[in-house]
Amino acid sequence: MADPTKRNGENGQEPTSSDDANLTARLKSLDARIDQATAQRTRTTESPSRSKSDSSALSQGIRLSAEFVSGVAAGGIVGWLVDHLFGVSPWGLIVCIILGFCAGMLNLLRAAGVLKSARYDDKR
Amino acid sequence: MASPIEQFQIKPIIPVINFTNSSLFMVGAVAVIVGGLLLATRKRAVVPGRAQSVAEVLHDFVAGTLRDAAGEEGMKFFPFVFSLFMVVFTANMLGMIPGFFTVTSHVIVTFSLALLVMGTVVIYGFMRHGTHFLGLFVPSGVPAWLLPFIVVIELISFLSRPISLSLRLFANMLAGHIALKVFAGFVVALLGAGGALAILSPLPLLMAVALMALEFLVAALQAYVFTVLTCIYLNDALHPGH
Repeated sequence: MADPTKRNGENGQEPTSSDDANLTARLKSLDARIDQATAQRTRTTESPSRSKSDSSALSQGIRLSAEFVSGVAAGGIVGWLVDHLFGVSPWGLIVCIILGFCAGMLNLLRAAGVLKSARYDDKR
Repeated sequence: MASPIEQFQIKPIIPVINFTNSSLFMVGAVAVIVGGLLLATRKRAVVPGRAQSVAEVLHDFVAGTLRDAAGEEGMKFFPFVFSLFMVVFTANMLGMIPGFFTVTSHVIVTFSLALLVMGTVVIYGFMRHGTHFLGLFVPSGVPAWLLPFIVVIELISFLSRPISLSLRLFANMLAGHIALKVFAGFVVALLGAGGALAILSPLPLLMAVALMALEFLVAALQAYVFTVLTCIYLNDALHPGH
Protein backbone atom coordinates (compact mmCIF):
# COMPACT_ATOMS: atom_id res chain seq x y z
CA MET A 1 0.00 0.00 0.00
CA ALA A 2 2.73 2.41 1.03
CA ASP A 3 4.95 1.25 -1.79
CA PRO A 4 3.21 2.86 -4.81
CA THR A 5 2.84 6.26 -3.13
CA LYS A 6 6.54 6.29 -2.27
CA ARG A 7 7.41 5.33 -5.82
CA ASN A 8 5.27 8.20 -7.12
CA GLY A 9 7.11 10.61 -4.83
CA GLU A 10 10.45 9.33 -6.04
CA ASN A 11 9.23 9.60 -9.60
CA GLY A 12 8.41 13.23 -9.04
CA GLN A 13 11.84 13.90 -7.60
CA GLU A 14 13.79 12.22 -10.36
CA PRO A 15 12.03 12.58 -13.70
CA THR A 16 15.30 12.16 -15.66
CA SER A 17 14.36 9.18 -17.79
CA SER A 18 11.81 6.38 -17.91
CA ASP A 19 14.64 3.83 -17.57
CA ASP A 20 15.77 5.34 -14.26
CA ALA A 21 12.21 5.52 -12.98
CA ASN A 22 11.73 1.90 -13.90
CA LEU A 23 14.88 0.91 -12.04
CA THR A 24 13.97 2.79 -8.87
CA ALA A 25 10.50 1.26 -9.00
CA ARG A 26 11.95 -2.22 -9.25
CA LEU A 27 14.38 -1.47 -6.42
CA LYS A 28 11.48 -0.26 -4.31
CA SER A 29 9.45 -3.39 -4.93
CA LEU A 30 12.51 -5.52 -4.23
CA ASP A 31 13.02 -3.69 -0.93
CA ALA A 32 9.40 -4.32 -0.03
CA ARG A 33 9.72 -8.00 -0.84
CA ILE A 34 12.93 -8.30 1.20
CA ASP A 35 11.20 -6.61 4.12
CA GLN A 36 8.32 -9.03 3.80
CA ALA A 37 10.67 -12.02 3.64
CA THR A 38 12.68 -10.93 6.69
CA ALA A 39 9.47 -10.31 8.60
CA GLN A 40 8.31 -13.79 7.71
CA ARG A 41 11.66 -15.29 8.67
CA THR A 42 11.69 -13.63 12.07
CA ARG A 43 8.17 -14.91 12.57
CA THR A 44 9.24 -18.46 11.68
CA THR A 45 12.39 -18.28 13.79
CA GLU A 46 10.39 -17.02 16.71
CA SER A 47 8.06 -20.00 16.76
CA PRO A 48 10.77 -22.68 17.25
CA SER A 49 12.11 -20.79 20.24
CA ARG A 50 8.63 -20.77 21.66
CA SER A 51 8.28 -24.52 21.14
CA LYS A 52 11.72 -25.01 22.73
CA SER A 53 10.55 -23.27 25.85
CA ASP A 54 7.43 -25.43 25.72
CA SER A 55 9.57 -28.54 26.19
CA SER A 56 10.58 -27.30 29.64
CA ALA A 57 7.10 -25.93 30.33
CA LEU A 58 6.48 -28.88 32.62
CA SER A 59 9.39 -27.99 34.86
CA GLN A 60 8.42 -24.32 34.74
CA GLY A 61 4.89 -25.22 35.78
CA ILE A 62 6.11 -27.48 38.56
CA ARG A 63 8.48 -24.76 39.77
CA LEU A 64 5.82 -22.07 39.98
CA SER A 65 3.10 -24.31 41.38
CA ALA A 66 5.50 -25.63 44.01
CA GLU A 67 6.16 -22.04 45.08
CA PHE A 68 2.47 -21.28 45.46
CA VAL A 69 1.35 -24.58 46.97
CA SER A 70 4.17 -24.53 49.51
CA GLY A 71 3.05 -21.09 50.70
CA VAL A 72 -0.49 -22.26 51.34
CA ALA A 73 0.75 -25.52 52.89
CA ALA A 74 3.10 -23.66 55.23
CA GLY A 75 0.23 -21.36 56.22
CA GLY A 76 -1.94 -24.38 56.90
CA ILE A 77 0.70 -26.03 59.06
CA VAL A 78 1.26 -22.82 61.05
CA GLY A 79 -2.50 -22.39 61.48
CA TRP A 80 -2.93 -25.96 62.68
CA LEU A 81 -0.10 -25.49 65.19
CA VAL A 82 -1.62 -22.20 66.41
CA ASP A 83 -4.99 -23.93 66.87
CA HIS A 84 -3.42 -26.74 68.85
CA LEU A 85 -1.14 -24.58 70.97
CA PHE A 86 -3.60 -21.81 71.83
CA GLY A 87 -6.92 -23.62 71.42
CA VAL A 88 -8.50 -21.01 69.16
CA SER A 89 -9.80 -23.51 66.62
CA PRO A 90 -10.76 -22.83 63.87
CA TRP A 91 -9.62 -19.21 63.69
CA GLY A 92 -5.89 -19.92 63.57
CA LEU A 93 -6.34 -22.16 60.56
CA ILE A 94 -8.61 -19.70 58.76
CA VAL A 95 -6.39 -16.66 59.28
CA CYS A 96 -3.14 -18.49 58.64
CA ILE A 97 -4.34 -20.13 55.44
CA ILE A 98 -5.33 -16.70 54.12
CA LEU A 99 -1.91 -15.36 55.12
CA GLY A 100 -0.37 -18.46 53.58
CA PHE A 101 -2.19 -17.65 50.37
CA CYS A 102 -0.58 -14.20 50.47
CA ALA A 103 2.83 -15.74 51.15
CA GLY A 104 2.31 -18.17 48.28
CA MET A 105 1.46 -15.27 45.97
CA LEU A 106 4.57 -13.45 47.18
CA ASN A 107 6.69 -16.55 46.47
CA LEU A 108 5.07 -16.91 43.07
CA LEU A 109 5.70 -13.29 42.09
CA ARG A 110 9.30 -13.53 43.25
CA ALA A 111 9.86 -16.79 41.40
CA ALA A 112 8.28 -15.40 38.23
CA GLY A 113 10.48 -12.33 38.49
CA VAL A 114 7.61 -9.85 38.69
CA LEU A 115 8.94 -8.66 42.03
CA LYS A 116 12.55 -8.07 41.14
CA SER A 117 14.05 -8.63 44.56
CA ALA A 118 13.25 -10.37 47.81
CA ARG A 119 13.96 -7.15 49.72
CA TYR A 120 11.76 -4.12 49.54
CA ASP A 121 14.59 -1.63 49.96
CA ASP A 122 16.42 -3.09 46.96
CA LYS A 123 13.43 -2.38 44.82
CA ARG A 124 13.73 1.35 45.14
CA MET B 1 0.42 -54.40 32.69
CA ALA B 2 2.49 -52.79 35.40
CA SER B 3 0.99 -49.57 36.65
CA PRO B 4 3.08 -46.42 36.09
CA ILE B 5 3.50 -45.81 39.81
CA GLU B 6 4.58 -49.32 40.68
CA GLN B 7 8.22 -48.24 40.21
CA PHE B 8 7.98 -46.06 43.33
CA GLN B 9 6.99 -48.89 45.65
CA ILE B 10 9.15 -49.37 48.72
CA LYS B 11 10.07 -53.01 49.13
CA PRO B 12 11.90 -54.33 52.18
CA ILE B 13 15.11 -56.17 51.42
CA ILE B 14 16.26 -56.92 54.96
CA PRO B 15 13.05 -56.50 57.04
CA VAL B 16 14.79 -56.89 60.41
CA ILE B 17 16.64 -53.57 60.19
CA ASN B 18 14.12 -51.93 57.81
CA PHE B 19 16.59 -51.97 54.95
CA THR B 20 14.49 -51.25 51.84
CA ASN B 21 15.23 -50.80 48.16
CA SER B 22 15.26 -47.05 48.86
CA SER B 23 18.00 -47.53 51.45
CA LEU B 24 19.88 -49.74 49.03
CA PHE B 25 19.96 -47.02 46.40
CA MET B 26 20.91 -44.34 48.92
CA VAL B 27 23.84 -46.48 50.00
CA GLY B 28 24.51 -47.16 46.34
CA ALA B 29 24.58 -43.44 45.52
CA VAL B 30 26.98 -42.74 48.39
CA ALA B 31 29.17 -45.66 47.31
CA VAL B 32 29.24 -44.36 43.73
CA ILE B 33 30.14 -40.83 44.88
CA VAL B 34 32.81 -41.81 47.41
CA GLY B 35 34.23 -44.61 45.29
CA GLY B 36 34.20 -42.56 42.12
CA LEU B 37 35.80 -39.47 43.66
CA LEU B 38 38.43 -41.50 45.55
CA LEU B 39 39.29 -43.40 42.38
CA ALA B 40 39.36 -40.21 40.30
CA THR B 41 41.65 -38.31 42.66
CA ARG B 42 43.89 -41.26 43.56
CA LYS B 43 46.78 -40.25 41.31
CA ARG B 44 46.74 -36.54 42.24
CA ALA B 45 48.43 -35.70 38.98
CA VAL B 46 49.35 -32.08 38.25
CA VAL B 47 48.03 -32.60 34.74
CA PRO B 48 44.71 -34.34 35.40
CA GLY B 49 43.65 -37.42 33.57
CA ARG B 50 40.10 -37.97 32.32
CA ALA B 51 38.57 -39.11 35.61
CA GLN B 52 40.42 -36.52 37.66
CA SER B 53 39.34 -33.68 35.39
CA VAL B 54 35.70 -34.75 35.79
CA ALA B 55 36.12 -34.59 39.56
CA GLU B 56 37.81 -31.19 39.27
CA VAL B 57 35.06 -29.85 37.01
CA LEU B 58 32.42 -30.97 39.54
CA HIS B 59 34.36 -29.31 42.37
CA ASP B 60 34.87 -26.04 40.47
CA PHE B 61 31.24 -26.00 39.33
CA VAL B 62 29.81 -26.27 42.85
CA ALA B 63 32.46 -23.94 44.26
CA GLY B 64 31.63 -21.34 41.59
CA THR B 65 27.90 -21.61 42.27
CA LEU B 66 28.42 -21.19 46.00
CA ARG B 67 30.85 -18.29 45.58
CA ASP B 68 28.45 -16.49 43.22
CA ALA B 69 25.48 -16.82 45.57
CA ALA B 70 27.02 -16.47 49.02
CA GLY B 71 30.37 -14.83 48.43
CA GLU B 72 33.81 -15.91 49.64
CA GLU B 73 32.41 -16.23 53.16
CA GLY B 74 30.05 -18.95 52.00
CA MET B 75 32.93 -21.26 51.14
CA LYS B 76 32.89 -22.59 54.71
CA PHE B 77 29.71 -24.40 53.69
CA PHE B 78 31.38 -25.95 50.67
CA PRO B 79 31.58 -29.54 52.03
CA PHE B 80 27.89 -29.41 52.91
CA VAL B 81 26.77 -27.97 49.57
CA PHE B 82 29.03 -30.26 47.56
CA SER B 83 27.72 -33.35 49.39
CA LEU B 84 24.14 -32.22 48.81
CA PHE B 85 24.72 -31.62 45.11
CA MET B 86 26.49 -34.93 44.60
CA VAL B 87 23.86 -36.91 46.50
CA VAL B 88 20.93 -35.38 44.63
CA PHE B 89 22.70 -35.53 41.27
CA THR B 90 23.83 -39.13 41.68
CA ALA B 91 20.49 -40.29 43.04
CA ASN B 92 18.69 -38.65 40.07
CA MET B 93 21.10 -40.16 37.58
CA LEU B 94 20.96 -43.64 39.14
CA GLY B 95 17.19 -43.39 38.91
CA MET B 96 17.45 -42.88 35.15
CA ILE B 97 18.86 -46.38 34.69
CA PRO B 98 15.91 -48.62 33.74
CA GLY B 99 14.78 -50.83 36.59
CA PHE B 100 16.56 -48.76 39.21
CA PHE B 101 14.77 -47.07 42.07
CA THR B 102 14.70 -43.26 42.18
CA VAL B 103 15.42 -42.16 45.73
CA THR B 104 14.50 -38.51 45.08
CA SER B 105 11.02 -39.40 43.81
CA HIS B 106 9.88 -39.76 47.42
CA VAL B 107 8.90 -36.53 49.10
CA ILE B 108 10.16 -37.65 52.51
CA VAL B 109 13.70 -37.95 51.16
CA THR B 110 13.74 -34.54 49.50
CA PHE B 111 11.97 -32.98 52.49
CA SER B 112 14.62 -34.30 54.88
CA LEU B 113 17.31 -32.81 52.64
CA ALA B 114 15.45 -29.49 52.57
CA LEU B 115 15.00 -29.54 56.36
CA LEU B 116 18.72 -30.17 56.71
CA VAL B 117 19.36 -27.04 54.64
CA MET B 118 16.88 -24.86 56.52
CA GLY B 119 18.07 -26.21 59.87
CA THR B 120 21.61 -25.21 58.94
CA VAL B 121 20.40 -21.76 57.85
CA VAL B 122 18.40 -21.11 61.03
CA ILE B 123 20.98 -22.48 63.49
CA TYR B 124 23.93 -20.80 61.81
CA GLY B 125 21.98 -17.56 61.37
CA PHE B 126 21.17 -17.35 65.09
CA MET B 127 24.68 -18.43 66.11
CA ARG B 128 26.32 -15.83 63.92
CA HIS B 129 23.92 -12.88 64.19
CA GLY B 130 21.79 -13.61 67.27
CA THR B 131 18.47 -11.78 67.19
CA HIS B 132 19.74 -9.65 64.29
CA PHE B 133 18.92 -12.70 62.14
CA LEU B 134 15.23 -11.92 62.69
CA GLY B 135 15.78 -8.78 60.60
CA LEU B 136 15.32 -11.15 57.68
CA PHE B 137 11.57 -10.94 58.30
CA VAL B 138 11.37 -7.16 58.74
CA PRO B 139 11.82 -5.49 55.39
CA SER B 140 12.68 -1.82 55.47
CA GLY B 141 10.64 0.79 53.66
CA VAL B 142 7.22 -0.57 54.63
CA PRO B 143 4.53 1.61 56.28
CA ALA B 144 4.18 0.93 60.03
CA TRP B 145 0.52 -0.12 59.88
CA LEU B 146 1.38 -2.71 57.21
CA LEU B 147 4.40 -4.09 59.05
CA PRO B 148 2.67 -6.77 61.21
CA PHE B 149 1.05 -8.36 58.18
CA ILE B 150 4.22 -8.22 56.15
CA VAL B 151 6.24 -9.80 58.97
CA VAL B 152 3.77 -12.67 59.32
CA ILE B 153 3.63 -13.16 55.56
CA GLU B 154 7.43 -13.08 55.33
CA LEU B 155 7.59 -15.60 58.16
CA ILE B 156 5.20 -17.97 56.42
CA SER B 157 7.08 -17.39 53.18
CA PHE B 158 10.27 -18.39 54.97
CA LEU B 159 8.60 -21.48 56.43
CA SER B 160 7.36 -22.44 52.98
CA ARG B 161 10.92 -22.56 51.62
CA PRO B 162 11.76 -26.12 52.69
CA ILE B 163 8.37 -27.23 51.37
CA SER B 164 8.86 -25.67 47.95
CA LEU B 165 12.50 -26.80 47.83
CA SER B 166 11.53 -30.42 48.45
CA LEU B 167 8.32 -30.31 46.43
CA ARG B 168 10.08 -29.08 43.29
CA LEU B 169 12.68 -31.85 43.19
CA PHE B 170 10.21 -34.55 44.16
CA ALA B 171 7.49 -33.45 41.71
CA ASN B 172 9.92 -33.20 38.80
CA MET B 173 11.32 -36.67 39.35
CA LEU B 174 7.90 -38.21 40.00
CA ALA B 175 6.21 -36.59 36.99
CA GLY B 176 9.11 -37.40 34.67
CA HIS B 177 9.26 -41.06 35.62
CA ILE B 178 5.50 -41.48 35.38
CA ALA B 179 5.44 -39.86 31.93
CA LEU B 180 8.25 -42.15 30.76
CA LYS B 181 6.46 -45.22 32.06
CA VAL B 182 3.12 -44.22 30.54
CA PHE B 183 4.60 -43.70 27.07
CA ALA B 184 6.57 -46.94 27.32
CA GLY B 185 3.34 -48.65 28.35
CA PHE B 186 1.63 -47.33 25.19
CA VAL B 187 4.18 -49.16 23.03
CA VAL B 188 3.37 -52.48 24.68
CA ALA B 189 -0.37 -51.84 24.61
CA LEU B 190 -0.36 -50.94 20.90
CA LEU B 191 1.75 -53.98 20.01
CA GLY B 192 -0.57 -56.15 22.04
CA ALA B 193 -3.61 -54.76 20.24
CA GLY B 194 -2.16 -56.03 16.96
CA GLY B 195 -3.23 -55.23 13.39
CA ALA B 196 -3.27 -51.59 12.33
CA LEU B 197 -2.61 -50.38 15.86
CA ALA B 198 0.67 -52.27 16.04
CA ILE B 199 1.95 -50.15 13.13
CA LEU B 200 1.46 -47.06 15.29
CA SER B 201 3.56 -48.45 18.14
CA PRO B 202 6.87 -46.76 17.09
CA LEU B 203 5.28 -43.34 17.69
CA PRO B 204 5.12 -43.55 21.51
CA LEU B 205 8.53 -45.23 21.39
CA LEU B 206 9.94 -42.10 19.71
CA MET B 207 8.22 -40.01 22.35
CA ALA B 208 9.74 -42.15 25.09
CA VAL B 209 13.21 -41.68 23.59
CA ALA B 210 12.71 -37.92 23.47
CA LEU B 211 11.37 -37.91 27.03
CA MET B 212 14.38 -39.91 28.17
CA ALA B 213 16.67 -37.16 26.90
CA LEU B 214 14.50 -34.53 28.57
CA GLU B 215 14.56 -36.50 31.82
CA PHE B 216 18.35 -36.58 31.84
CA LEU B 217 18.28 -32.81 31.45
CA VAL B 218 15.72 -32.44 34.24
CA ALA B 219 17.66 -34.78 36.53
CA ALA B 220 20.80 -32.67 36.16
CA LEU B 221 18.93 -29.37 36.21
CA GLN B 222 16.99 -30.14 39.39
CA ALA B 223 20.17 -31.12 41.21
CA TYR B 224 21.62 -27.78 40.11
CA VAL B 225 18.48 -25.84 41.11
CA PHE B 226 18.49 -27.50 44.53
CA THR B 227 22.12 -26.49 44.99
CA VAL B 228 21.57 -22.90 43.82
CA LEU B 229 18.62 -22.42 46.17
CA THR B 230 20.63 -23.92 49.03
CA CYS B 231 23.36 -21.37 48.32
CA ILE B 232 20.84 -18.51 48.23
CA TYR B 233 19.34 -19.57 51.56
CA LEU B 234 22.80 -19.92 53.09
CA ASN B 235 23.49 -16.39 51.89
CA ASP B 236 20.48 -15.28 53.93
CA ALA B 237 22.06 -16.88 56.99
CA LEU B 238 25.36 -15.15 56.31
CA HIS B 239 23.97 -11.71 55.45
CA PRO B 240 20.46 -11.37 56.89
CA GLY B 241 20.49 -7.59 56.59
CA HIS B 242 20.53 -7.59 52.79
